[in-house]
Amino acid sequence: MKQEIIIAGFGGQGVLSMGKILAYAALMDNLEVTWMPSYGPEQRGGTANVTVVISDQEISSPIVDTFDVAVILNQQSLDKFEHAVRPGGILIFDPYGIHRMPERTDIRIIPVNAMDKTIEMGNAKSYNMILLGALIKAAPTVSVDDVLKGLKKVLPERHHHLLPANEQALLKGMELVD
Amino acid sequence: MSQEVKLMKGNEAIAHAAILYGVDGYFGYPITPQSEVLETLEAEMPWKTTGMVVLQAESEVSSINMVYGGAATGKAVMTSSSSPGISLMQEGISYLAASELPALIVNVMRGGPGLGTIHPSQSDYFQATKGGGHGDYHLIVLAPSSVQEMADFVGLGFDLAFKYRTPAMILADGVVGQMMEKVVLPEQRPRRTEEQIARECPWAATGHSKGRKPNVVTSLELDSALMEKNNERFQETYRLIEKNEVRYQAYHIEDAEYLVVAFGSIARICLKAIEDAREKGIKVGLIRPITLWPFPYDAIREASRHTKGILVVELNAGQMIEDVRLAVADPTMDIRHFGRMGGIVPNPSEISAALNRLMNHES
Repeated sequence: MKQEIIIAGFGGQGVLSMGKILAYAALMDNLEVTWMPSYGPEQRGGTANVTVVISDQEISSPIVDTFDVAVILNQQSLDKFEHAVRPGGILIFDPYGIHRMPERTDIRIIPVNAMDKTIEMGNAKSYNMILLGALIKAAPTVSVDDVLKGLKKVLPERHHHLLPANEQALLKGMELVD
Repeated sequence: MSQEVKLMKGNEAIAHAAILYGVDGYFGYPITPQSEVLETLEAEMPWKTTGMVVLQAESEVSSINMVYGGAATGKAVMTSSSSPGISLMQEGISYLAASELPALIVNVMRGGPGLGTIHPSQSDYFQATKGGGHGDYHLIVLAPSSVQEMADFVGLGFDLAFKYRTPAMILADGVVGQMMEKVVLPEQRPRRTEEQIARECPWAATGHSKGRKPNVVTSLELDSALMEKNNERFQETYRLIEKNEVRYQAYHIEDAEYLVVAFGSIARICLKAIEDAREKGIKVGLIRPITLWPFPYDAIREASRHTKGILVVELNAGQMIEDVRLAVADPTMDIRHFGRMGGIVPNPSEISAALNRLMNHES
């Protein structure tokens, strides 16, 4: 089992954090994992992306050019990564702010209205957790329990009162995928 | 060994490993992509636990000279930086080598020349392995390709530096510095006591001679006859290191018809290309030098005896390839370079394409 995942969007949307929680979830499940971020000025507002590789065997390259799953949060990232999804792979995207919809027919395309749902839930910080929920529902490499355990590791203890809200957002995201 | 598996960045692993090794002092100045070393040390506050000094100096020049001062007293001291900062340190590194002082210097390379870019590169290979500063000297150069090796090479680097009384360098890159991966950290070792230092480092300037001859630590020797003797002693040490400390990792070289040579994180991207080639029945092997100095000349020469061609992959314009050419006995061997520069990291398919060109004799 090996899953190569890219999460891409604007800096500030929680792209790197989403990848980090996913990586910790894999760690909780005793899987091998690498987390490779784009680093630099994009963290402060440009496009940001992170590649997470999860496997039950030793991982050679943390950098790959095709992906099993892409989670896309803006138009630039869609333009860049739509064609990097392997045939038969999964593309999850938030249609909010997207003016050119994905066109591939050989992959599973899953629109997730995370921004709308975030506004409805009234908590801006739940955005990336909704998408993470959608991701683990569409590609169940790691379990909800592992994600929640991972989240506990990533969040500093002073923020642990936010765990229930995050869990709620995660479950909401799962509901958005058939 | 505590077996708790953690997830962290390579830079963070360096910081944790330094505290756990019982390092006495870290002196540094922030620069991307290695700033997490200093940040992690400051967050961990080891001065409250092991007594380790962590100091943000006013510049890289200052950092390396603090390392020089600390090392002269027999303390285990280190610094870290990235390419432009390491260039600023070269004078101090040459002085450390000339004064036969153990120290650890970490370079998390970024694209150059000049201020260049903050993205990953391996273009400081020449600087690290062929001198860097002035004079006839070498550093022991370790090239980690995983977060685990980032942690492990802190201890290894200090052990070798103290064994041979010469500075050691961890030559990493932005990929292995910034990526997160699983790591098992070593157990906490106590910092050495003053008595231990006096016993283990009889050369150190410890401040109280108590009847012994005062130790003078200097790189200056105006008597040329004595300076030549010093140089001869350094060279004897280097020959000993070359004999004892060559390290490399070999994958699938037993039946390899083609050989890839790559170091650091790029070796792992190559390994992915090699896995793909092997699935197609193409026999490709990899040698990953772990010590860039001393370089594994013999291993590469031996592996090249039965190969039809060699591909050297680096994040530079072609630096380690010169050592690969020196290693290979057959002057007709097709040895090629594939590299990206300026902070671009190739993906596995680019390396596969370069391998195909080698196999098909295309330029």
